[in-house]
Amino acid sequence: MEAVIQLKNVSRRFGEVQAVRDLTLEVYRGEIFGFLGHNGAGKTTTIRLVNGVLEADQGKIRVLGFDPQTQGPQLRARTGVITETASMDNRLTALDNLTIYADLYGVPRAEVKTRVSGLLAQFELAERANDRVAAFSTGMRQRLAFARALLHQPEILFLDEPTSGLDPMAARQVHSLVTHLAREEKRTVFICTHNLVEAQRLCDRVAVMEHGQLVAVGSPHELASRYVRRLMVNLETDPAQRESALEILAAAGALVDGQPELANGGLRFAAAGREAIPQTLSLLVNKGIRVYHLSAEEPDLEDVYFALHAGKEQ
Amino acid sequence: MNWRVLMAIVKKDLKVVAQNRSVVIPILMVPLILFGALPWLAVLVPGSINMGGSTMNDIAPLLAKLPANLTAELAPYNLEQKTVIFFLVYLLAPMFLIIPLMVSSVIAADSIAGERERRTLEALLYTPTSDRELLLGKLLSAWLAAVATAAAGFLLYSVMVNLAAWQVVGAVFFPNMMWLVMVFWVAPAAAGLGLSVMVLVSARAQGFQDAYQMGGMVVLPILLLVFGQATGVMFFSTGLVVLLGLGLWLVDAGLLWYGRRFFRREALVSRL
Repeated sequence: MEAVIQLKNVSRRFGEVQAVRDLTLEVYRGEIFGFLGHNGAGKTTTIRLVNGVLEADQGKIRVLGFDPQTQGPQLRARTGVITETASMDNRLTALDNLTIYADLYGVPRAEVKTRVSGLLAQFELAERANDRVAAFSTGMRQRLAFARALLHQPEILFLDEPTSGLDPMAARQVHSLVTHLAREEKRTVFICTHNLVEAQRLCDRVAVMEHGQLVAVGSPHELASRYVRRLMVNLETDPAQRESALEILAAAGALVDGQPELANGGLRFAAAGREAIPQTLSLLVNKGIRVYHLSAEEPDLEDVYFALHAGKEQ
Repeated sequence: MNWRVLMAIVKKDLKVVAQNRSVVIPILMVPLILFGALPWLAVLVPGSINMGGSTMNDIAPLLAKLPANLTAELAPYNLEQKTVIFFLVYLLAPMFLIIPLMVSSVIAADSIAGERERRTLEALLYTPTSDRELLLGKLLSAWLAAVATAAAGFLLYSVMVNLAAWQVVGAVFFPNMMWLVMVFWVAPAAAGLGLSVMVLVSARAQGFQDAYQMGGMVVLPILLLVFGQATGVMFFSTGLVVLLGLGLWLVDAGLLWYGRRFFRREALVSRL
């Protein structure tokens, strides 16, 4: 796999605040990469560093083979960024916003008109092309921001909280678009978000940042396996044996984490790891409990995030 | 230097400014009053010529202080003609510089501090423009608008001065060489002064209004020139305005050299 973004031991400080600390990371071509962390974790600073808008205090950055500090303009001609606020000129029309940025991004003159009208149509803004952006809804502005970021057909698209402030319908459109850009158009998408459901749904891999430091990186599934040992298990037994099963589980010691409980006509307990599930099942069966159904809930990024945030494995 | 990029920034800034009433109204009104109405007021209302405490009746002592070259230039005219010409051609000359200064600083405040306030600057920082192109584009938009407004004001003033003074002077006497130097040499430098001050001010200002107020002191040197002329301490002449322009260009260059550090991406993004 080709790494299109490479950071090695990158740090950046603002006065007393260490915004990014010793960050080493690779992002591969064509993947949707999630960059997770709470506010102030260093996500936006990282986007600025890899686009040559900020300079690193130390460390080495390469994006598409360019050094952002010395080759910023060449690099930015091949990346697109959608900032947290759509950052559109409200006093200009949608058409002006796109046409002017087409010039700034160096879109070939002969193609400007076609690309602008194509993007306006793609993002369902063609009928509002001559309206000032001030009259647009948040969702329309975000769509226009996407159109602007795609004018020069960037190889990497950076999205900083792309669904922040959007209603569910608009957020869903953004998700579809991101998936389309990565899967159909083979672009690399780098998403900064603290929306864990969004990251779980969209991202091939995620990195979790905390106080400017990388604390974990991998696919959501890998991270869940690595950091979340505790699995919630739902169990259906013979109703007459439910109380007995509850007692057995409560006394299961290392296999069950916490107290099992009666729920939804069955039992629910936290298995202390994946291997604890078959062992617990054997224990119940050997004690004469008739088990009709057992299902484990896969941990998600939210579980990973809180496990990491708590600073310990569950 | 990528001219297409520069022109895109100019186009963007001017289109945005054109939608801002608080910028457009003073840019239109001040020249209209200064260059459209003042010549008529000066000629039709004799008592209105009272700059520095001098009125038409007691302007003779001021005229007596004129240097030899100006005295020679005004020699063919009678006292009333001299008074009108002296007022319209010389006394008002420094006021002309307020226009490029004001227009450049108000547009620069809107395009630098205002853009940051509107949170549109960051998108611009992510474009493939270099820091130098970004700075030049921003400067160029304000400078071109200021020079164009000054030139339009000068044309208006040329017509109005000759029309208003026709009954008294009976000839076309404006513009003279000094004014041409003012328009083509000093006014662009004055526009540059407004810009360079605004580049410095915008590094500290929170928004457009803040920047504009902080940059307002830039007109003080112009007011000193007006006062100096009205009190007879100094008189504008072609030689003096050539030197004045040279001085302004040097100040511009110094301020821009010092201020360019505040216009690096690094510095701009840190204040977002």
